[in-house]
Amino acid sequence: MITFNRVSKTYNDGFTAVKLLNFEIKDGEFLVLIGPSGCGKTTTMKMINRIIPHTQGTISIDGNDINKLDPVMLRRNIGYVIQQIGLLPHYTIEENIALIPKLMKWNNDKIRNRVTELLHIVGLEPEIFAKRYPRELSGGQQQRVGVVRALAANPDIILMDEPFGALDPITREQLQDELLRIQAEMRKTIVFVTHDMDEAIKLGDRIAVMKEGELLQLDTPDKLLSNPAHGFVEEFIGKKRIYQNPEFIPVTDVMRENPATTLPTRTPALAMSFMRQRKTDTLIIGDGNGKLLGIISAYDLQAEKDKIKTVEEIIKPAEIVLEQSATAKEALLEIAHAPFGIIPVVDESRRIVGVVTRGSLLSMFASQWSEEKGEINEK
Amino acid sequence: MRSESLWIQIVQQTQMRWQDLLQALYQHIQLVFFSMLIAIIIGIPLGILITRIKSIEGTVLGVAGILQTIPSLALLGFMIPIFGIGIKTAVAALFLYSLLPIIRNTFTGIKDVNKSTIEAARGMGMTDYQILSKIELPLSLGVIMAGIRTATVINVGTATLAAFIGAGGLGDFIFLGIARNIDALVLIGAFPAALLALCFDWLLGLLERVSTPRGLKA
Repeated sequence: MITFNRVSKTYNDGFTAVKLLNFEIKDGEFLVLIGPSGCGKTTTMKMINRIIPHTQGTISIDGNDINKLDPVMLRRNIGYVIQQIGLLPHYTIEENIALIPKLMKWNNDKIRNRVTELLHIVGLEPEIFAKRYPRELSGGQQQRVGVVRALAANPDIILMDEPFGALDPITREQLQDELLRIQAEMRKTIVFVTHDMDEAIKLGDRIAVMKEGELLQLDTPDKLLSNPAHGFVEEFIGKKRIYQNPEFIPVTDVMRENPATTLPTRTPALAMSFMRQRKTDTLIIGDGNGKLLGIISAYDLQAEKDKIKTVEEIIKPAEIVLEQSATAKEALLEIAHAPFGIIPVVDESRRIVGVVTRGSLLSMFASQWSEEKGEINEK
Repeated sequence: MRSESLWIQIVQQTQMRWQDLLQALYQHIQLVFFSMLIAIIIGIPLGILITRIKSIEGTVLGVAGILQTIPSLALLGFMIPIFGIGIKTAVAALFLYSLLPIIRNTFTGIKDVNKSTIEAARGMGMTDYQILSKIELPLSLGVIMAGIRTATVINVGTATLAAFIGAGGLGDFIFLGIARNIDALVLIGAFPAALLALCFDWLLGLLERVSTPRGLKA
């Protein structure tokens, strides 16, 4: 666990890069530091391995004040990946990865096995790549080496300073996926600096938003998107961003409340007039307590209206139902398979709270475009 | 007619003095070798030092630069009160003369090593000494060798002036030739000196290429 306790960094000229940081990074957590340039995110990260010394407060790792540790030993137990990659150009890929294990005096067999293992992890065939020089690799391949070099001595903590910022979008996406895969397997404590909100949301277990040296909000991606604690956070995330991440939109935001509901004991004629009145072709059937029983459609009702006494006889069970804790993403995925194109939304005791229809989904997502258009027109 | 007689003169003079010539060549190489050796031993660490201590960078490069601008003959003269007449004075003056290219190239060579390579190395836990010995020096070796090469070539030329202060070398022949108005003598001093400079240039050029790390070669 990494703990920041009232940590500040003030330079000799009086400039304060970060102010009174108080937070914890849990073991195995992927923490993303994000904010505009000059917000202190990189400084915050580099204070952890003492590349930048902090001037006030204490930073401790598993309870040990880092200022009481030898910086060289501290750094050997913390992986470090930077945007410019920084492979040693006169070392082969193999030698680059083996650098720290060698300084730590691992034996040669162990080093060789480790290099082979690591190259396989990032899909670089050792036969082809081990003896090559960094210059002979593409940017994406070089940064793959940069990532595994940081993993080489098996540190618990990895610091990454905009590691994918200089790569093309496709390569960046690939490396993000690989990093997530590696992280799922190895469960390192990762501190990752970026200014790309999409990247932060994709990778982070938690995201720390910083501005002018201060930590504004440290939260999980969904909380940050749905509940920004600060005007700046909301602005920085972008109000529209949540629509690109439907997994963070609660289904209750895309459903229609007060759906047309009726009791199973109603006569077909009453149900028909109710449908007409509500301009709908389906009715949700609930019992006296509002618990979901099923759905009836106008087509069935029309066909059967002379043969039945109550609508109970033509109820179709609702095969697809969403809990109100579900997300808009689930609604989007399920809507195509839902009978009659509607999904009832229920609470924990299966009481009807709303309904998702194609129309309700569409109008929700369409609203962001119309808002956006409005903004453009204003400008 | 004139050139033919010059050619005959050269052959005659060489036959007459070839032992002296060899001796002078040997002295010349000695002057260059020892002055360069000291310049390398002092210049490279000084060059490294000024990459670490920024406050003395200007002073060191400035002083070395001023030394370089003093006319070579004058510098040899300045040394006489300190070291007297002879080889010591010449070596001292040639050493001072060779410092600038070595210090400057060591300094630029190290300064030009990619900052991100060093940052990554430091962040991974390499000590300052490891960064110097495993990264900065290997990566700047080509540039440092280029400095040594420049200094050596200048040194071979300047060393001919050492004859003025009694340090011997190929300059002896040149001055003797001038004094006695024998063109052939001037040439049998000047020609080997030029050849020597070319030889050193070629040899050190080879070393410069060999010392450039493989990963950097295009």
